[in-house]
Amino acid sequence: MAGAGAREYKRRIRSVKSTQQITKAMKMVAAAKLRRAQEHAQASRPYTETLQGTLARLAAVSFDVRHPLLEKREDVRKVGYIVVTADRGLCGGYNTNIIRECNIAIREDERKADYGIIAVGRKGRDFFRKTGKLDAEFVNLGDNVSYADAREIAQYVMNAYENQELDEVYLVYAKFINALRQIPTAVKVLPLETPEAEEAETSINERVIDYIYEPSAEEILLTLLPKYVGSQIYHAMLEGKASEHGARMTAMGNATDNAKELIDNLTMVMNKVRQAAITDEILDIVGGAEALKK
Amino acid sequence: MADNTFMVEIVTPEEILFRDEVSFLVAPGTEGELGIMRNHAPLVGALKIGVLRYKDPNGNQKKLAVSGGFMEVVDNVARVLAETAEHGEHVDVLRAKAARERAEKRLQARDETVNALRAEMALKRAIARLKAAGVE
Repeated sequence: MAGAGAREYKRRIRSVKSTQQITKAMKMVAAAKLRRAQEHAQASRPYTETLQGTLARLAAVSFDVRHPLLEKREDVRKVGYIVVTADRGLCGGYNTNIIRECNIAIREDERKADYGIIAVGRKGRDFFRKTGKLDAEFVNLGDNVSYADAREIAQYVMNAYENQELDEVYLVYAKFINALRQIPTAVKVLPLETPEAEEAETSINERVIDYIYEPSAEEILLTLLPKYVGSQIYHAMLEGKASEHGARMTAMGNATDNAKELIDNLTMVMNKVRQAAITDEILDIVGGAEALKK
Repeated sequence: MADNTFMVEIVTPEEILFRDEVSFLVAPGTEGELGIMRNHAPLVGALKIGVLRYKDPNGNQKKLAVSGGFMEVVDNVARVLAETAEHGEHVDVLRAKAARERAEKRLQARDETVNALRAEMALKRAIARLKAAGVE
C-alpha cells in the first residue's frame, strides 16, 4: 500500500531517463557530424575562392560578353527557388525557418510572378508538395554532400532557365554562423552576376598581371560561368549541412537539459509522496498504540 | 635539381587532390596541350576533358584524368581547377570500361530520350580515365 503513488512516479522517471539517453546520444552524433561538415566546407574553399577570383579578373578584362545565363529578362513570369533543407527532423526550427524564409521571399516579390520549388532535402519537399508548387526534388542525398549532386541540380536549373521555363532562380539555405546560430538566406543565382567590382579592384591595387589567355578571356569566362552556378549550389549545400547538424546539436542539447530538469522535479515529487505515505503509516501505528493504551 | 621545379596544385570542389613540386606539366587545353615549365609567363587557360601529365623532380612521369576546368599559372604556381580529377593509378579500370561501353551504346542508340551531349561527355570522361590509367 505504501508508495503506490511513488511507484507511478518511478515509472515516469525511468521513461524520461531513457528519452534523455537518446537525445544525449543524438547530440553527440550531431557534434561529430558537424565537425565533419565543417571540414568539408573548409576543403571546398580553395576551389570556390580561386574560381571567384579568376571569374572576377576575367570579367574585368572581357567586354561585350554574351551568355544566356547572364541575360536579365524584362518580363519575369516564373521564379525558381532552390530550397535546401534537411532530410530529417529533430533539429529545432531549422527546416521551418528555411521554409519560412522561402515563403517570405515569394510573398515579397512584387512582380507577383508564378513560382516553382526545386526541393533539395526531404523536409522541404514534403512541405512544398502539399502546396502543389514542387517542380523538382533531390532528396536522400545523405550526410556527405557530393559535388556530383550539386552539378546535377545546377544542370537542372540552367536547362530550365535556358528553355525559358524559369526567368530567375534563387537559392534558399541556412547560412552557418555557429552551432547556435544559422541564418536562413535567399540569394539570386540566375541570371548570373559575375563577381566583379571589389575583387577586381583589389587585384588592380596589388599589381596588374599581364596574363596570357588561352584561348581568350571571353571564351574562358563563358566556359566557367556554368561551373560558377554549380559551385554556388555546392557551397549552399555544404553550409546547409553544417547548419543542420549545428541546429540538431543545439536542439538535442536543450532536450537533454529539459529532461534533466523534469527528472529532478519528478524525483522531488516522488520523494514527497513516499514520505507522506510513511508518515501516514506511522500515524496509523501510533494511533493504534494509543487506542490500545486506553 | 630543385631550381627547375615549380608548384602544381590540382583543386576540385571537394578537395585539393594534388599539391607538389614538379619539373614539367602538360595540361589538356581546349586548343591543344599546354606545356608548362618553371618561369612560365602568367597564363589562364581553359581545359577540356582529358589527361594531365607531369614529371616529378626525379623524372617519373605521372598522369591524371581531369574534366572541365581551367589552369592559372602565375609566379611559378600552376593551379588547375577541375570539376573532377583522379590519379591515374586510382582509376577503377573496370568501372571506367563499363562507363565507356554504356556511353557508346547510348550514342549509337540515337534515341530522342538520350541526351547526346551528356553521353558524349561521359564517353570523353571514361576515355580520359582509361588513358590516365595507362590502359589505352
